Amino acid sequence: MPSLKDIKRRIKSVKNTQQITKAMKMVSAAKLKRAQDEITAARPYAEKMLGLITSLASKTSPESHPLLSPRETNANVGLILITSDRGLCGSFNTVLLKTAERFLREKKDSTVSLYLIGKRGMEHFKRRQMNLISSRALGSGRPSYSSAVDTARQVIEMYLKGDLDEVHIVYSQFKSALTQTPVAQKLLPIAAPEATEAEGEAQVEFIFEPTPEAVLSSLLPKYVEVQAFRALLESSASEHGARMTAMDSASKNASEMISGLTLKYNRLRQAAITKELMEIIGGAEALKG
Amino acid sequence: MADTFLLEIVTPYRKLLSKEVEEVTAPGELGEFGVLASHTQFLTILKAGEVTYRKGGEAGTFAVGRGYAEVLPDKTTILVDNAESAEEISAEDARAIIAKSEEAFKTLSPEDAEYAATIEAYELAQVRLRVKEKGRSSGH
Repeated sequence: MPSLKDIKRRIKSVKNTQQITKAMKMVSAAKLKRAQDEITAARPYAEKMLGLITSLASKTSPESHPLLSPRETNANVGLILITSDRGLCGSFNTVLLKTAERFLREKKDSTVSLYLIGKRGMEHFKRRQMNLISSRALGSGRPSYSSAVDTARQVIEMYLKGDLDEVHIVYSQFKSALTQTPVAQKLLPIAAPEATEAEGEAQVEFIFEPTPEAVLSSLLPKYVEVQAFRALLESSASEHGARMTAMDSASKNASEMISGLTLKYNRLRQAAITKELMEIIGGAEALKG
Repeated sequence: MADTFLLEIVTPYRKLLSKEVEEVTAPGELGEFGVLASHTQFLTILKAGEVTYRKGGEAGTFAVGRGYAEVLPDKTTILVDNAESAEEISAEDARAIIAKSEEAFKTLSPEDAEYAATIEAYELAQVRLRVKEKGRSSGH
């Protein structure tokens, strides 16, 4: 049976924890808002880029560029995995790592090279015998375009050299603050977007400067960079969303625990008072007699 | 009759400008080009330089990095990694980048992987300085 003092201490410590989780929830909510704004801000660029590639790819043959044409083998596969740097965000990293492991099982016939972004993923694969090409922390602050460029250039270079035949990316797609789904997406070779011929109007020929091929070969790597950047943004928004939800339920659990403990504390206090009263009354009765 | 068309400047971080204008000049890879309304469809690579637009007496200049321009009869889209208006540019930052790149050129050879990136940064910084100076002289 815990003493009154013990329970009081317990309540105090739970209250402290609750304050922390509440603060973390609020911080995550603010960061989530910002991350969502960034996704919205990046959308026009990405959409325009896709539009350009689509219209260009329909004018040139898919074999015209190595980044577009699929290879016959897929013996060497690259995997970019984006996790978070810090924990306390519910099952966010667990589901991502599970998705990555499932991917590795599916590709067990081929050699998989890993590119890790985020400390959680690094810790997970540290002790496993894996072919790690690069691993780095996400870093604090908002995701920068240049870090996406670094990763994208690295895989493109490996791909063009023939060290990789396929590159996939695993990240968490942001649906809402409550739902984030891990996805595995093919990054390279670029799946030639289907040209929508349904546009009724006759298409006027574009003038390309310098040449369609030159424009295409400069656009394609850019497209991969944009994809990587989008994955980083989505993953950052997902992380904050997941943390917000996790901290919200932690705060709720803490309040439940506090009210349970307070009830117990009051009961115990009342019992002690009753016991003392009984003793006093008993004593008085004895004196009377 | 002054026909206008929509000019959009988009970077990965934001949509910098979306505005009806009469005329745009941009730094194409094969040389600077001007666009008026009802221009034929045109797609080009841009190098670091100045993008200028004009509408009536109003004009604006932006420093842009490498990217692409898509010109349609009623819309011109500039897709670049970096774009800044004269007010946003910090002359000190640009000078610092120029100084750093000049330092780097002493040790780098054209074969180095960093060489192209340094040149790119160097050119962009110079363009930014130029745009900044212009913004100042026109009374901003």
